Amino acid sequence: MATHELDRRSFVAVCLAGTAGLALGFPLGEGNQALAAEAAFRPNAILAIGSDGAITATVPYAEMGQGAMTSIAMLVAEELEVAPGMVKTVLAPGENKLYAHPVLAEQITGGSASLRGSWAPIRKAAASARIMMIEAAARQWGVKAGDCTLADGRVVHAASKRSASFGDLALAASKMPVPADPPIKTGGFKVIGTSAPRVDAAAKVDGSALFGLDVRLPGMVYAAVQASPVIGGKLAGVDPKPALAVGGVTQVVTLPNAVAVVGRHTGAARKGLAAIQPQWEGGLSSLSTADLVSKADAALAQKGATAYTKGDVAKAFAGAASTFEADYRMPMLAHAAMEPLNCTVEVRNGACEIWVGSQVPGRARIDVAKALGLGEDQVKVNSYLIGGGFGRRLQSEWIVQAALIARDVKAPVKVVWSREEDTRQDAYRYHNHSRVKVALDAQGNPVAFDHRVVAPAIMQWFLPSLLWKDGVDLDATNAASGPYEFPNLLVDYVRNDPPEGLLVGNWRGVGETRNGFVVETVMDQLAARAGVDPVAYRRRLLPPNSRIMTLLDRLARESGWGSPLPAGTARGIAIQSGFGSHMGLVAQVRMDAGKVRVERMTAVIDCGIAVNPNVVRQQIEGGLLFGLTATLYSNITIKDGRVVQSNFHDNPVVRMVNTPKIDVVIIDSKEDPGGVGEPGTAIVAPAIVNAVFAATGKPLHELPLPPSMVERV
Amino acid sequence: MKLKVNGKVHEIDSEPDTPLLWVLRDIIGLTGTKFGCGVALCGACTVHVGGEPRRSCILPVSMVGDADVLTIEAVGGTPVGKAVQDAWLKVEVVQCGYCQAGQIMQAAALLTANPAPDDGAIDRAMSGNICRCGTYPRIRAAIHAAAKQGAV
Repeated sequence: MATHELDRRSFVAVCLAGTAGLALGFPLGEGNQALAAEAAFRPNAILAIGSDGAITATVPYAEMGQGAMTSIAMLVAEELEVAPGMVKTVLAPGENKLYAHPVLAEQITGGSASLRGSWAPIRKAAASARIMMIEAAARQWGVKAGDCTLADGRVVHAASKRSASFGDLALAASKMPVPADPPIKTGGFKVIGTSAPRVDAAAKVDGSALFGLDVRLPGMVYAAVQASPVIGGKLAGVDPKPALAVGGVTQVVTLPNAVAVVGRHTGAARKGLAAIQPQWEGGLSSLSTADLVSKADAALAQKGATAYTKGDVAKAFAGAASTFEADYRMPMLAHAAMEPLNCTVEVRNGACEIWVGSQVPGRARIDVAKALGLGEDQVKVNSYLIGGGFGRRLQSEWIVQAALIARDVKAPVKVVWSREEDTRQDAYRYHNHSRVKVALDAQGNPVAFDHRVVAPAIMQWFLPSLLWKDGVDLDATNAASGPYEFPNLLVDYVRNDPPEGLLVGNWRGVGETRNGFVVETVMDQLAARAGVDPVAYRRRLLPPNSRIMTLLDRLARESGWGSPLPAGTARGIAIQSGFGSHMGLVAQVRMDAGKVRVERMTAVIDCGIAVNPNVVRQQIEGGLLFGLTATLYSNITIKDGRVVQSNFHDNPVVRMVNTPKIDVVIIDSKEDPGGVGEPGTAIVAPAIVNAVFAATGKPLHELPLPPSMVERV
Repeated sequence: MKLKVNGKVHEIDSEPDTPLLWVLRDIIGLTGTKFGCGVALCGACTVHVGGEPRRSCILPVSMVGDADVLTIEAVGGTPVGKAVQDAWLKVEVVQCGYCQAGQIMQAAALLTANPAPDDGAIDRAMSGNICRCGTYPRIRAAIHAAAKQGAV
């Protein structure tokens, strides 16, 4: 129905693309008394200027490699006319009231939305400081504020050759009225658009950067933990003596579904945990991956809730010259970030303090308060760098687990998951299946596109107010018809939740990743049927003069599409609009004795204004390789109710030796910035599968690639 | 037992089979060396022991003996380590940064043994170190840059 379509589009416009005209996301002036005490001048929750002139920006997002600290420093620097290196950044504590994402309405780092949420609000936060400092100086000097400018950390009145440093003005500026809607630059950027060095790079190169794992507190102890290996199982009993006999072990803590061993150092705790033999009971002890696949397959036959529709699909099928139909299956995936989950907690005197890297620190605070029976104000969450999030740290059940362990420990305790625990107790990307039916005319052009999406209802609990509507998960169905204009269209959604106890969640690239694979590989099969080149075929179906059409043409040019290839190699293409950006990839693969080797990837992105082109490139390169791992290898399976995989030997990832050559082209644009963290991941599988199709003539409808086609490294 | 780390001798109170990683991180307080897998599959915990790159997550502290342990915190004090760190910044390698201590230690060891490695040599030396942010192409470029700098 048209309304729903509009809603979806307006969501895409507001949440995923637009930022102009949004309410200022970060409180100005009032409500910050506690914060204001820390600096001479604190016009809002983001910015502080000390009487020494030090500029500090509080980053309302997690930093997990995506460059949030750098881009926030750059946006602030732009409005304050200083170099980005002059802006010190600190990570915001868990505090939904002060640091909610302007669109997501909560302190969430996800959806490739950090910069999109900041684009206007952070600059306005800095602009208010600029106006207040100028006002303070103008009053002191008895000149017009409009005649004053900023340069090199000073307010300058050129006509009278007077100037004052930010530090000298800080106190006076703090007494000026806070502007309600300060104007920000609309062009003529000096910092935005430059590849300013990452502000977090030096500390990450010399070992001084502090991740959650690196928290050190006086008197702290360390814990290793194991939860029930059987999904949904409970702890039946455990003899703690073998653990307590290990040197350095001080305590064994039991939870309803887990056991933790506490020691003077992590080595002792891990050895103690390995020494005990907990007994588990209950849970889904007969569950297997085959059951979950069958259930998702069965869901393909059900009629779903309409996500969006256009025209008359039934009529178009009735009059079609031919039809295409395919079922798609995508496996369970783990996040496998390099930093295993860990969390340090102290519970003392009816209060709880947490040191952690979280993508939802405000939500973690609420969840822990609830679990411990405390008020939210009695829980404090201190934020640390994250060694890869990829969506895993959008859950907070592991933080609650650490808090429950800490409740029984009389010291701050750092709970560190093993790699095995991190792999087996993940909040997995769940099984996603799709059924696509296409009605074609005599020339092989689609007259109707019918896509049934079978996926779990993650958004119903994760972001219900924004992304769950009328029984449809708006993330799972996002981009389910690609960027194409089909005369008749139906996307419906069949909810397929995991069995109770199996935790699933968001995984880098979210709905766009599942749907990009489906839609873009369908396109190549349709093109092949029509006997048309995949680029030419797509051009027929894209809106004329659109950004995605421009991108497709640029991608064809940059990749040398159509030019001769060495024997045994083939190219595949995929394009997508998502996260407020437009992305395309050509993958070049070599077929060697039936094995697929990805040799080269040429990516083009239109992400609007690239605030920091270097960071954009990093995110695309990294997103591509993250997606490459999933395409080649990733497949989390369950047997007898237990996750089979445990570490990098059986859940392998791409390594340097099988990293293809990557080129990234950024399209020059004046549009507002789009997201860049996830588009790279979403685009990989279809480009590679299309290249394999081009090489072999065999379409693939499942991920990962068949093990027989993949060389293990 | 005694343990010499970054030129300083520490008196360590731990079980002899405690992996060096946890002695460095939790007992001495050098947290730059990271924990990734616990079984020498990912390289995040790489340090130098007697000049050789070793996975500290599986190396019992008692096996170190009187060998010098060098970690990310002090590798910049060596010409090779400094060149590698400078190249890492110049090429803008890091994203999340978690694996980079191990990558840098591994790269410094490579360049010490082979001052001008080609891509094949780099791939062979570095493929035991996992990066989930996908910084591999930049690591490769940074190693070439460090080699070219001639400081090695």
